[in-house]
Amino acid sequence: MIAEFGLAALWLAASLAVLQLLGGAVALREGEERLAVLVRPAAAVQGVLAALSFGALLLLFTRTDLSVKLVAMNSHSAKPFIYKLSGAWGNHEGSMLLWVTVMAMAGALIALLERRLPEKTIQATLAAQAFVGLGFYAFLLFSSNPFERLPEPAAEGMGLNPLLQDIGLALHPPTLYFGYVGLSVAFSFAVGALITRQVTPAFARAMRPWVLGAWIFLTLGITAGSYWAYYELGWGGWWFWDPVENASLMPWLAATALLHSASVLAARDALRAWTIMLGVVAFSMSMVGTFLVRSGILTSVHAFAVDPERGSFILALLAIYIGGALTLFALRAGTVAEGERFAVTSREGALVFNNVMLCAILGIVLLGTLYPLLTEAFDVKVSVGPPYFNPAGAIFFVPMVVVMAIGPLLRWRRDWLGRVKTPLIFAALVSLATLVGVLAWNPPGFLSLLGFAMATGLGVASLLPLRGRSLRRLPLAVWGMVIAHLGIAVSLFGMASESAFSVEKLVAARVGETMTVGPWQVRLNAVEPVAGPNWTAMEGRLAAEYRGGRAVTVTPQSRTFWAPEQETSESALLTRWNGQLYAVLGDESDDGRWQLRLWWKPFVTLIWFGGMLIALGGLLALLGRLANDLKRRTAQAKIAERKAEMG
Amino acid sequence: MRHVLLALMLAFSLQAPALAQDSLPPAPYAYRQLDDPEQEAQAQALMETLRCLKCQSQSIADSDAPMAGDMRHQVRIRIAAGEAPESIRAWLVERYGDYVSYKPRLDGATWPLFVVPLLLVLLGAVVLLRRFGRRP
Amino acid sequence: MSGLRWTIWLPLAVFAAFLALVGLQLYRPAEREVQSAMIGKPVPQFALPAASPDRPGVSTADFRDGKPKLLNIWASWCIPCAAEAPQLAELQVQGAQIVGVAIRDKPEDVAAFLAQYGNPYARIGADNLSSIQLEIGSSGVPETFVVDGQGIIRYQHIGDVRKRDVAILLDKLKEAGE
Repeated sequence: MIAEFGLAALWLAASLAVLQLLGGAVALREGEERLAVLVRPAAAVQGVLAALSFGALLLLFTRTDLSVKLVAMNSHSAKPFIYKLSGAWGNHEGSMLLWVTVMAMAGALIALLERRLPEKTIQATLAAQAFVGLGFYAFLLFSSNPFERLPEPAAEGMGLNPLLQDIGLALHPPTLYFGYVGLSVAFSFAVGALITRQVTPAFARAMRPWVLGAWIFLTLGITAGSYWAYYELGWGGWWFWDPVENASLMPWLAATALLHSASVLAARDALRAWTIMLGVVAFSMSMVGTFLVRSGILTSVHAFAVDPERGSFILALLAIYIGGALTLFALRAGTVAEGERFAVTSREGALVFNNVMLCAILGIVLLGTLYPLLTEAFDVKVSVGPPYFNPAGAIFFVPMVVVMAIGPLLRWRRDWLGRVKTPLIFAALVSLATLVGVLAWNPPGFLSLLGFAMATGLGVASLLPLRGRSLRRLPLAVWGMVIAHLGIAVSLFGMASESAFSVEKLVAARVGETMTVGPWQVRLNAVEPVAGPNWTAMEGRLAAEYRGGRAVTVTPQSRTFWAPEQETSESALLTRWNGQLYAVLGDESDDGRWQLRLWWKPFVTLIWFGGMLIALGGLLALLGRLANDLKRRTAQAKIAERKAEMG
Repeated sequence: MRHVLLALMLAFSLQAPALAQDSLPPAPYAYRQLDDPEQEAQAQALMETLRCLKCQSQSIADSDAPMAGDMRHQVRIRIAAGEAPESIRAWLVERYGDYVSYKPRLDGATWPLFVVPLLLVLLGAVVLLRRFGRRP
Repeated sequence: MSGLRWTIWLPLAVFAAFLALVGLQLYRPAEREVQSAMIGKPVPQFALPAASPDRPGVSTADFRDGKPKLLNIWASWCIPCAAEAPQLAELQVQGAQIVGVAIRDKPEDVAAFLAQYGNPYARIGADNLSSIQLEIGSSGVPETFVVDGQGIIRYQHIGDVRKRDVAILLDKLKEAGE
């Protein structure tokens, strides 16, 4: 029953999307009022229906309804509740349903809340949203039905990959999806603006909260994914430029550029073409990423359902949506009148420069990710990894950080460096001091050294906009900028520290032996079997002392799951303010020694703490903008009231 | 309780399907670091850029596959014997092709990887110069 | 800005290139195997101890006796190796000389495997650290190489030898002999 209800809701949502599209399209051409008034309600109801459909899927998973194929293939009655729930989106069909649900709900929110723009633009936007949604509805309904039933209910489910039975990874897909699909709103706004040729500051102000919201989710999703990989995969790696990691980074890069571009458009009515292009590109990268992960075309740890047929369906959708939008952009962007001018040395100038840098990095990541695919077309196999991405990205990242330090201090329209040179020289000196200090203490690799210097310089520079201003009356949006930029510096410092100063110790230890790793003394006290809800494990009990302090117990495990059969290594982390002790238990050798892997990673947690700061900065900026907006609207409403009273 | 747990574990491991895993212990230097920390650092840096051929997408430094362990063993003993990291990389590339190295080298098949960043620098410069050529 | 109008078409052009590349590659069978790059190069210097009491070990010199051979990389813990045993027997019957290298195998497991599935090998070397496997660019088991009489590697077959591969390997052996 529930499955049929879910499927019916999905079909209804899809039909409403058709109505929404037709209504918007017809309304644009002839100014047809009758159909036009249907667009907003259609979007609202579509959102509700899609949510109901997804709710039905969740219910099926929490009840472990084994008559539904998806549940039988991805769940298991012995799985803990939270993972039964997350199993709903931890597979291809379920995550696609999540995708359309978020799209539909975003459309519903636009329909219910957006009043700042001309009605025609909103209708065009909702029509575009429906157009994109329809493709994914079709994909779901015709080739990836999540509600498909089995002819006979299965006796037991095939369980979920134990690597996914983890709270971080349970939350990682929805977070990323709110990000990816949130960008669809920017895409629809951009297309709507192109169609109605209404590229104005009002348009940017309307689009900005959506971009900020999506960007915050993306930042959190990427940060969480990185941390998950760090503690789950057992080797302490947090970024490998793996194709799927890159698939999440590319929309983020585009969204960051879009965010800043929209701010310029909102504040100064400049960068119109840039903002539209980035609006289209950001969601395009989301769709490209989804395609790459699901088509089986790239070799990666993260492989999803692998199927060339599904892959070509999505590719066709990409061709229509991205090709269509980019063609529309190329044809119409030229006619979008030139915006306000500005000098090189100005806030806009810095933002344009960094937009170019971000797009260049995006290009490099795209090239590096797809390159092995390109050479395979010629029967040559190559691998492209960190030794390429790091230096190639650095070419553009370094100037970007420098300009990021200067930009927030510059005025709009026209400024000169002399005015801001004192604070900047201070920041540069801090950077230099760091460089010298690190070199003197323990010279690391070149990129790490650069990272340290940039991190401290940027960290100081990001606080400079606070100089001489009343902190209490500072707009939230400015706090947002300061904290977000500071987050980048903090994260960068963590990255530099981890790659430069991590200490690794591999030992084959007997119970009772002590080993040294960095400032830690670690003693293997015991190795004992333990059991969990659906696993058994050998657990090591290690006593770790930092510089002769109190011993703390860490318990790394080597786990064996039984549905499906899989072994995982559960690392044990001990976090201090200045870093983490990372412990992994390996196999027992024939002579009774246990394989232990220990790392001391100074300041590694700053990487993800920085990520959270960036997201927090975004949140503050979002709240600030929304508050401003609310103020403006109430003020306008008051004025309108007064006019009505007087007139 | 321990006995029950051990018994449970044994029961489940016996039911495990025959995984294609060998029964010999890992190679001596698969999980053992070199005594000289500088050599070990060199070896580690190299291992992080060599691809595990039996994995989806991991370096040999990040993999528990036996073959990755054997490759780590080879890297370590060669570094200990004084061989340069790049020569070890070349030795592996000679056997498996460029696929085994995450550091693409400049040759007929990979020149776009190196040319494109330069092109992007040029393109960026052109875009910016043109943009800023107009004064407000 | 007029001189830069063409840049407006850049994103579309990049996307079109992406579409073309991906559309092309999507339906090509995924090449998950890693080919050895040592085809055409001589077998490297090595010497392996015997893996089985009734067959001698393997060394480079064994490949330079003027007669082309098959070099079969296998292991007792490898399931497809059991599947290809009949084909290897067939090859031996047809006159092919097969040299085996057992990867990471205990002597008792080797003996048990050979007892169960037959022994088509003229020689069997024990490669406990996969060092020879690495040396010749093999990345898994089973794999079979054709080596000519001068010790040059001429052909690599990845995976187990199926019935139709028997004829192919015999052909390659003949080619290597010319």
